[in-house]
Amino acid sequence: MSTTIKKKPVETRENVVILFAGDSGDGIQLTGSQFTGTNALFGNDVSTFPNFPAEIRAPQGTLAGVSGYQLHFGSVEIFTPGDQCDVLVVMNAAALKANLGKVKPGGTIIANSDGFDKKNLRLAGYIDKADPLTDGSLANFHLHSVDVTKLTRTALEGTTLGMKEKDRCKNMFVLGFINWMYSRENALTEDFLRNKFGKKPELLDANMKALVAGYHYGDTSETFTTRFEVKAAPMPKGTYRAITGNQGTALGLIAGAQKAKLDLFYGSYPITPASDILHELSRHKNFGVVTFQAEDEIAAISSAIGASYGGAIGVTASSGPGIALKTEAMGLAFMLEIPLVIVNVQRGGPSTGLPTKTEQADLWQAVHGRNGEAPIPVIAASTPIDCFDMAFEAVQIALEHMTPVILLTDGYIANGSEPWRFPSAKDLPEIKPPVIASNADGDAKQSRPAAFDGSGAFLPYARDERGVRPWALPGQPGLQHRIGGIEKQDKTGSISYEPLNHELMVRLRGEKVARIADRYKPIRLDSGPDQGELLIVGWGSTYGAIRTAALQLQAEGQSVAHVHIRHMFPFNNGLGGVLKKYKKVLVPEMNSGQLRQMLRGEFLVDAQGLNKIQGMPFTGEEIRAGALKLLKS
Amino acid sequence: MSTVNGTTIPAEKIDFGSDQEVRWCPGCGDYSILKQVQTLLEQSGKKKEDVVFISGIGCSSRFPYYLDTYGLHGIHGRAPAIVSGLRSVRPDLSVWMITGDGDALSIGGNHIIHLLRRNVDVNVLLFNNEIYGLTKGQYSPTSPEGAVTRSTPMGSTDHPFNPLALCKGADGTFIARSMDRDPKHMREVLARADAHRGTSLIEIYQNCNVFNDGAFETFTEKATKPLHTIFVEQGKPLTFANGTRGIKLNGMTPVVVDTYAGGTSLEDLWIHDERDPFKASILVRLFDDPRSEGAMPRPFGVFYANNRATHEAKLTAQVSLAKERKGPGDLDALLKGEHTWTIG
Repeated sequence: MSTTIKKKPVETRENVVILFAGDSGDGIQLTGSQFTGTNALFGNDVSTFPNFPAEIRAPQGTLAGVSGYQLHFGSVEIFTPGDQCDVLVVMNAAALKANLGKVKPGGTIIANSDGFDKKNLRLAGYIDKADPLTDGSLANFHLHSVDVTKLTRTALEGTTLGMKEKDRCKNMFVLGFINWMYSRENALTEDFLRNKFGKKPELLDANMKALVAGYHYGDTSETFTTRFEVKAAPMPKGTYRAITGNQGTALGLIAGAQKAKLDLFYGSYPITPASDILHELSRHKNFGVVTFQAEDEIAAISSAIGASYGGAIGVTASSGPGIALKTEAMGLAFMLEIPLVIVNVQRGGPSTGLPTKTEQADLWQAVHGRNGEAPIPVIAASTPIDCFDMAFEAVQIALEHMTPVILLTDGYIANGSEPWRFPSAKDLPEIKPPVIASNADGDAKQSRPAAFDGSGAFLPYARDERGVRPWALPGQPGLQHRIGGIEKQDKTGSISYEPLNHELMVRLRGEKVARIADRYKPIRLDSGPDQGELLIVGWGSTYGAIRTAALQLQAEGQSVAHVHIRHMFPFNNGLGGVLKKYKKVLVPEMNSGQLRQMLRGEFLVDAQGLNKIQGMPFTGEEIRAGALKLLKS
Repeated sequence: MSTVNGTTIPAEKIDFGSDQEVRWCPGCGDYSILKQVQTLLEQSGKKKEDVVFISGIGCSSRFPYYLDTYGLHGIHGRAPAIVSGLRSVRPDLSVWMITGDGDALSIGGNHIIHLLRRNVDVNVLLFNNEIYGLTKGQYSPTSPEGAVTRSTPMGSTDHPFNPLALCKGADGTFIARSMDRDPKHMREVLARADAHRGTSLIEIYQNCNVFNDGAFETFTEKATKPLHTIFVEQGKPLTFANGTRGIKLNGMTPVVVDTYAGGTSLEDLWIHDERDPFKASILVRLFDDPRSEGAMPRPFGVFYANNRATHEAKLTAQVSLAKERKGPGDLDALLKGEHTWTIG
C-alpha cells in the first residue's frame, strides 16, 4: 500500500446504479441503506431495491443465501432502482455468480477476494473451482479484487474484539470505500453508528475504524485511480425524508385515522412482506393506535371488523396467502357495510410462492375473490410515496362510504425507498364518516332524520344520496340495531329471505360501490400525447419502469403515452375514452394479464400484454423493447 | 311474541326483547336461555344501548336478533375475534358472546382458546347440544364417541372435547356450567359471569329436541338428576343425592363417599374453592359418561373464578403510557420522521 496520498481525479456522472451483494449475514442491507441515506442527504434523487432470500440465514456462501441491495442515484429524476448496474460490489463468489448478469458491459466489479477461496468457489458452483477473479472470464469488466477481510482485520488490530466480530465490520470497510469512490462523507453513517452502538464502545470503535479505513484505502490504494461525483438533483425545494412503501402505508393509515379523529385498530398476523407495517404502527401508540397480533389471519381481519363496529377504523394487512384466509370475513364486512381497510402487500404466488419476491398476481383475487356478489373498492399504490397517499385514501373511502377497501401494494415498493417531500398535516383533508349520534337528550333523530321511519324507528340500512348507510355506534341510546352477514331487509336490516328484496340489496350494494368512482378525479395521462399510436397502461409498482420507458420513447420521437391506474375497481371515470384514442394498447404486468383482461372485458379494447412473472420487477428497457415491438407489429 | 319452553310470552313483557320474530324450533332449549338472559339484563339495570351481543353461526347465534340491544351476527367461529377487536377499542360496553359447540369448539376452536388466554372481558354463553342443528343433524366435537348421526350412521369415531377442561387448559379466568332446564341456577351463574371482569365462559347444556333430544336428560330429569349432578357452591362441601353422598379428595383423586349415618363427615369432603386452579382442574375432569357403571356425578356451577388483568386493560394502559411519555400524537412530527434534509 502506498503511503503517499495523491489527489485523484474526479469524474462526473449523471446517475449511477450500484448493487451490493453478499451473504444474508454480511450486513448488505445496512450497507445499501446507509449509502442511500448519504446520497439522499447530499441531494440526489434515489430509488432502491432490496432483494433478499426468504431464509433468515441461508447456508453461507451458497447462491440461495445471496442478499442484494440495489441503489440508483442521480443528479436527474430517478424513477426505478435501475435496469443494469454500473457497479457491482460482491462479498463472495456466490454473490458474483448470482448478479453478474446485471452488470453493464464495461461496468465495474469490486470483489472481496477473501470470499473467493476454494470453499466459496465450490459452494457457488464454479466448475473445477475456477476463480473468476483470476481466470480472465471478467475481462469485459473493470475488476477490482480487494481483500476486504484482511484489510478490515488489519485496521482492527489492537482492538479487543474476536476475529468473528472483527469480520462483521467488513461491511463498514466497504461502505467507507464506496463513500470515497463517490466523493461522499462518512458523517451520516458515523451518526448512525453512534446511535446504534452508543452503549457498546468496543463495537462502536471497531465499526468507526473500519469505515475510516475503507475511506482511506480509496485514497491510498493505487488500483483506484479515479473518483466519481454525482451532483445534486434538481429536486423541488422543500424538506425531505426517506420512506419505504411499508412505512408510507403505516403513516398513511395513521394520518387517515387522525383526520377522521378516530382511533386506529390494526389486527394482523405476521407475514412477509407485510410485517413491517405492524412493526411501524406498534411504535405509534400515542396516536391512539392499537395493534393486535392475532392468532391467525382470520382473527386479524375479524378483530378489525369488531373494532370498526365499535367506532375505530379497523385495518388489517397481509400478503396473498393471508388474504386468501381473510376472504370470508371480507364478505362479512361488505355485507355489514362497515368501514375496513385491507392491505395486500403482494408477493410471488400461488400458495406460499416466493415470499420475498414481488408480483402483481392478486388483482383478480382482490376484485373477484369472494362468494356471492361482493364488490369491494380496490386501489393500488405505484411507488413507496404513493403508498402513503393510497393508504390515506383507503381510510377515506372506507369511512366516507361505509365499505371495506382493499389496498394493493407489493414487495417491490413495500421494501423500496425514495425521498419524500412529506406533506404537512393541515394540507390533508378532513375525513367525515356518516356517524349518527344522539344529542344530550338521547335524541338521535335530529342527527339524520332520513334514517328513521314514520314511527321513529331507526333504520340502520337507510341510504343517503350516495347509497351510504349511517354508522350507529354501540352506546348511543335509541339506535340499538342488529347487523349480520345474513341477507337483510332493505332499510331495516332485519333478516329477509324475500327473493325481490335480495335482488334489490345486491343492486343497492353494487351501486353504492360503483358510485365511489364519482369521487375520483377523471383519469389523467402520466406522459405523452393525448392520442396517438400506442398507450401503455400500467398499475401498481411498474410505474417507475413504465415512466422511464415512456419518456425515452417520447424522446425518440415515438407516439407513445402512459397512463397509470390507481383505482382498480371501480375504474376512474373516463378511462374507456382514453383507451380508445390510441391505435394500440399495451399492458405491462407482473402477472399473466389480469388488468389486461379487465380492460378488455370492461371496454372491449384489444389490449395486448407484456408479462413478466419472475418475482422481479420490470426494467425500463424491457418495457421500451415491448412497446417498440408492438409499435412495429 | 316469544315462547319459553312451550309457553308463549308477549313480546312487550320483555324489556330487552326486540321486534324480531323468534325462529327457533318449538321446544328448543334456546328459549329458556333467552328468557334468563333477558331477565338478567333487566335486573342488572344496564342500559340497552350499552349492551352488545356478538355471535357466530348456528342456531344459537341467531340470539342477538332477539334482543333490543346492539348486535352483530358474525361468521362461523369468528365471534371471539370480533369481540377481541371491539373490546380493544370499547372497554366501556357490556359485551356478550353467543356460541355453540360447533361454532366455538370446531370451526372457531383456534379463536376461543386465544380469547381465554388473553382474558378479554366478555360473557361467553356456549350452548352445548352435542349436535349440529342448523345443518340438520351431524355430530359435533362434543358428541360422544359412537354417536349415530346423519353423518355417522355407523357411529362417530371421534373422541369428544371436554369443553371446560379445554377452557381451563387455555387459562380461562371464569369457568362455569349450567343447563337450560334449571332457570334459577342459570340466572345465578349468568349474574356471576356478568360480574366477573375477564372472559367468563358458561357452558350451558341445551336440549336440541329435533336432532338430539334428551342428550342431557340424565342431568335434567327429576328422577335421575340428584344422583347424576352435583351443584358446587363456594366454601361448601361437594354433596349430591340430596346430601346423602359427597366427593372426597384422596390426594388428587376424587372419590364418591356416603355422608349419612357413619359415613364421611362433611368437613372431610372436598370443600369447593373456585379460586383454586388445581381443584378446578380436577373438577372439570368429572366428565364420566352418565350411562357408564359407577359414573361420577356431573358438576354444575362456577368451577373457577380468578382475577387477572383483562387484555383490553393492558392494551389501553400501553396507549395511555405512550401518550404520557411522548405526548398525544403530533401528526406533523410523525410525517417528518427522525431524519430530514432540505433542498433549496
